[in-house]
Amino acid sequence: MRALVLVKVAWQSILRNTLRTLLTVLGIIIGVGAVIVMVAVGLGAKERIHQQIQNLGTNMIVLTAGAATQGGVSQGAQTFNRLTVADAEALRRESTLLAAVSPVIVAPGNVIGGAGNWRTHTQGVATDYQTIRDWPVSSGAFFDATDVRHARKVAVLGTTVAKVLFPDQDPVGQEIQIRNVPFQVVGVLTAKGQTAGGSDQDDVVLAPYTTVQTRLAGRQFIPQILAATASPADIPAAMEEIRAIMREQHHLASWEEDDFTVRNQEDLAQAAERTTEVMTVLLAAIASISLLVGGIGIMNIMLVSVTERTREIGIRLAVGAHSRDVMIQFLVESTVLALIGGAIGVGAGFLSARVVARLTGWETVISPPTVVVALAFSAAVGIFFGFYPARKAANLNPIEALRYE
Amino acid sequence: MANNPVIEARGLVKIYALGATQVPALRGVDLTVKRGEFVAVMGASGSGKSTLMNILGCLDVPTEGTYDLDGERVNGLSRDALADIRNRKIGFVFQGFNLLPRTSAVENVELPLLYDRSRRPRFTRELALEALARVGLADRAQHLPNELSGGQQQRVAIARALVTRPTLLLADEPTGNLDSRTSLEVMALFQELNQQGLTIVLVTHEPDIARYTHRIVGVRDGRVIRDVPLPERRDAAADLQSSQPVLEE
Repeated sequence: MRALVLVKVAWQSILRNTLRTLLTVLGIIIGVGAVIVMVAVGLGAKERIHQQIQNLGTNMIVLTAGAATQGGVSQGAQTFNRLTVADAEALRRESTLLAAVSPVIVAPGNVIGGAGNWRTHTQGVATDYQTIRDWPVSSGAFFDATDVRHARKVAVLGTTVAKVLFPDQDPVGQEIQIRNVPFQVVGVLTAKGQTAGGSDQDDVVLAPYTTVQTRLAGRQFIPQILAATASPADIPAAMEEIRAIMREQHHLASWEEDDFTVRNQEDLAQAAERTTEVMTVLLAAIASISLLVGGIGIMNIMLVSVTERTREIGIRLAVGAHSRDVMIQFLVESTVLALIGGAIGVGAGFLSARVVARLTGWETVISPPTVVVALAFSAAVGIFFGFYPARKAANLNPIEALRYE
Repeated sequence: MANNPVIEARGLVKIYALGATQVPALRGVDLTVKRGEFVAVMGASGSGKSTLMNILGCLDVPTEGTYDLDGERVNGLSRDALADIRNRKIGFVFQGFNLLPRTSAVENVELPLLYDRSRRPRFTRELALEALARVGLADRAQHLPNELSGGQQQRVAIARALVTRPTLLLADEPTGNLDSRTSLEVMALFQELNQQGLTIVLVTHEPDIARYTHRIVGVRDGRVIRDVPLPERRDAAADLQSSQPVLEE
């Protein structure tokens, strides 16, 4: 029989009982809808993490102290704090591929000024830091090379610190005290927001690393040296170069493992994305269970339909239908049924994703491949769960089928 | 070929296995039906006439014996090959009409053409309308079965049997569900079709109906017990004229 006739016959028998059809495909609607929403939320989260990591600064390479693994056991970063300002200076001196290098010296402590008192981390950095993090100022200016060379007591505030200490005025030109040492505020950074991990990037005070090193007494550590290449293509080579320079700087013998870790944005992004991917897959898997249940619903109703229409099958066989014709007819019917459910489910998923986005403020992303896969999957469910009833119909004995009351 | 008998059955035996017991339904039936004949197969229920009908209609296969339909050996063919024979050579008319519900008259008539894979007719809708016109229902083409009277439904079923231009029309108790006047109408239609050259085999247990055929084959206990021509056959159209006027529904 011609394909068009088959679809028409399927369509007619589906329309014959609209309520039953709707109830039958409800499982598929919920299943497909749930999968679409879950994947939309997952993709949205991934997208957001991607943006945030991009936000850290493009082409950034992060050098941390301590080996990532020692003898196969993860030690965590900064197991041995062996990064020094000298390392950063060596990198700047010897590297050919790095466009910018900055140590990050962290000096935790209170900052006093203007309206009050705020516990934060003062970071001693080089002027390159601004380039590496791609972080402009919203007022004033970043300190310059001269400030670094002369270890001047100047500071640039993150927006959070600026708002706390100077709620009503421009902090530029004001004086603050970091660990009781007076600094002059020369600039305020633009807002960066939270990191993927949830910490506030704007809760920071930046000062020349030389100043932090020489003027601030007390606990200090260098958790990171940041670097950046001119173009993303240079990143792998630059990372190798950093390794070579650092091994030499730390006098490591060839049999010794690195006592530092070099990572780029992509590594950071991948670690974060892997987590969301696992979540997405897990959620989609749970959602697809309802698709399975929907498939069983279709199988059930198709079995009922075959029994109800035994006589029709008998008539078709009597006037010359092959077993295959009957089989295909019922397969088309269950597939059309599942596809109707799939299509409505995609629509429902689309709407739900928007509702979720509005209610939670999460970003949701509906990608065309998801829709195509969802539809293909529901068609597959229709064929799979329609197969047994269709075969049952096709194998009916025409004489008994005609006599069926 | 044209001189071949339409039905040439030799030594048909059909045995049903009901659990361990073997139930013989046919015990050796010979039957020849020539082109253009109008035959009534008569017998009580349990006589084996339904089994014979199923075998002649290629819905069932005999346990023993040979069956040639229109010069073609039928027994031993596969399920699908039998379906093709039914489609091309046989038109069925059943007691219960057996129309597809919620499907218009013309679509019901069209049905066998959709399964015709050897000739692949192109203008199925036109052929179906033509067949409906032959049974006098051209104006009811778009009606659903439940909108038609019993007689009209049976005529749609006859149109469906005619649409493939079969060699043989098999009617199984075609008047069983109809009142006597409508039965006469259906028999008049059969006689008309027969006069146009169609071979018809009709299964019935009503002697009144059998009187309108050419020949009566009596079946009992799985055997043919009599096979007689009917010289004084009645004319259904004439009987319709003379019978008491009955209000059409």
